[in-house]
Parts: sequence; structure tokens; C-alpha cells
Amino acid sequence: MSIFKKKQKTELPAISTASLPDIVFMLLFFFMVATVMRNDTLVVKNELPYADQIEKLDRKNMVLHIYAGKPSSRYKNVGTEARIQLNDKFADINEIKPFVLEEIKSKPEELRPYLTTALKVDKDTKMGLVGDVKKELRAVNMLRVNYVTKIGEATNNLK
Amino acid sequence: MARRLAPEVNAGSMADIAFLLLIFFLVSTTIETDYGISRRLPPPPEELETDMRIKEKNLFRVELNQVNELFVEKKPLQLKDLKAAAIAFLDNGGGEKSNHCSYCKGAKDPKSSDNPSRAVISLINSRETNYDAYIAVQNELVGAYAELRDREALRMYNMSFKQMKDFLKDANYSGDKTKLKKQMEEIRSMYPEKLSEAEPVMVKL
Repeated sequence: MSIFKKKQKTELPAISTASLPDIVFMLLFFFMVATVMRNDTLVVKNELPYADQIEKLDRKNMVLHIYAGKPSSRYKNVGTEARIQLNDKFADINEIKPFVLEEIKSKPEELRPYLTTALKVDKDTKMGLVGDVKKELRAVNMLRVNYVTKIGEATNNLK
Repeated sequence: MARRLAPEVNAGSMADIAFLLLIFFLVSTTIETDYGISRRLPPPPEELETDMRIKEKNLFRVELNQVNELFVEKKPLQLKDLKAAAIAFLDNGGGEKSNHCSYCKGAKDPKSSDNPSRAVISLINSRETNYDAYIAVQNELVGAYAELRDREALRMYNMSFKQMKDFLKDANYSGDKTKLKKQMEEIRSMYPEKLSEAEPVMVKL
């Protein structure tokens, strides 16, 4: 009988967690390398359409962002009509001009021709709103635009 | 005197610290999306020349109506056929004498465009059109120009237009960049991007 009693006393060895920090650090480094700091907090829904004839937006500091789309789920009180977002808050069409002019003014003069507007528009937005934005941009002579998209076949959009 | 060993540092909380950092980065960063279709808007209306006349045959009408249906020259068309139709129109080269296009490989149909430098694509959309349909059409039209430019660049300089663009940006490019720029300018003038966009039209009630 003594053989059996001995067996009952042995405990399972503790699982070593010594490598846990290494795993977490690995994840941490991945995220540090693959992502960039958020510069705007989105307040609109922003699911971008697909396109494949795309160019990379270089000169990151020479890009100004205009978002548009329906208010995201946290901002249901604003309504369901598609809105424009400048910086961190909702904006009206007539706020685009001062916003763009201010951005232009903040850049050194010799770099101003390289300034590009990145339009991050949700795919369910109606073109009326986008057309209005483009009209405002034309009015202040901000003609370089980039429709930011996801990489993929354009036919994906119509599904 | 007995030698004292240095006490071992407790690394048990290392994982917690790493987790804290990880969560901070997860919350405060996004995976960047900075690719898109680059376009140039037309100048403000008052600076536009209004006396520009375009022959009907040099105009390629692309329309998107309020329910996202595509019409090319008043006839319905599938999106997947748009690029081919645009290429056929741009590359037609039906012009004679001064309008003759020596590099065009199109059908030379006298009813279609004379010369790529005269061919204009007009994109009209309704205010109710969805943005994704609009982007899909833009993408196909820009793709048509890109394909024609690639073809000519390959024929003349043995590299595609896309490659040329990449080389121009590449700091380690061994060739002559000013020459490359000139070549690109030439290709661009062979197939200039003439994509006119009217203001969105209101739905007729």
C-alpha cells in the first residue's frame, strides 16, 4: 500500500511563466513598429472604399485630413445624416475654408504647393456632400486631393 | 568573511509592465492607411476658360445616376467593362492630318475620338450617388490612362510608367533623374489626363 500513498502526495509542477514577458514584449514591439500615433479621434464612421490605382501619400506633414461619414455609434445624438469632421469634431461645410486656409498659413511658403488634402470619406456617403467639400476646396485653390482608399479591386465596392 | 551573493531581482512584474505598455500602444495608435487615388481638382470656376468647345465625338460621357447605375454615352454599362471602353475611346486615334495619332492602336473609328490629346472624359454624378460607386468609376478611368501610359512607356523606354514613377521617388536610382522626368512628361503629354467633373446634378423630380 505504501507505493500508492507516495503517489498521491506528488503535486503537479507549476507552469513556468518566465517567458510571458518575452511574449508580451514581442507583441509590444510589433505594435510599436506597425502602427502610427493617432492624430485625430474619429467621430464619424469611416469605412473606406476599395481601389487599386493608388499612390502613396508621402510628405506626411504636408497632408491635411478631412473626414466625412455618418456619425459613429457613440455620437447617435448628432443624428444619422452624414457629417464632416475637421480635427477632432464635427464641422459644417462653411468651416472648411478657414480650416484649409489656416493649414496653408501654418506651412512654410516654399512648401505650400505640395500641400495635399486627404479625403477620408466613408463609402456609404452620398456624393452631394463630397461634391460640396470639393467645391469649397476649389474655392480656396487647394487643388491637390487624394481620395484615401483601401487596397483592393474596385468591383468590391459594388457588392 | 563569507562572500555575499547579490540578491536576485524579482522579474515577476515584468509581464505586467509589458502588458501596460502594450495596452497603451493598442489604444493610442492606428494602423496607417495612406494610400489613395490622387487627383487634381479643376481651378475655381472664375478661372476656367469658358469658350472651350469640344466636338461631340471627342467627348466620352460617363454618368452615375442616383441609384449607382453606370451609363456610358447614354447606354448602361457594367463597371468591369468601363476600363476597356475608356481605353477604346482614348486610343481610337480617328483623326487625320494634324490630328493624326501615330502611336494609337485603336480602331480608328471616325465616330470616336480624334486624338488622345483632344479626347475628354466627362464624369457626371448625381448628388445621391454613393461614394464607393464614384470611387470605383474614378479608379477604372484612372486605370485606363495608366494602362495606356504603361504601354507607351514600355514601347519607348522599356519600362512601365509605374516603374518610372517609382524610380523618380527612389533615392538610390542610378540613372539620370532629369532625363527620366522629361521622359515621363513626354508620356504624360501623349495621353494627358483630361477628366472633367461637373458639379453633381440634382435629381430631377
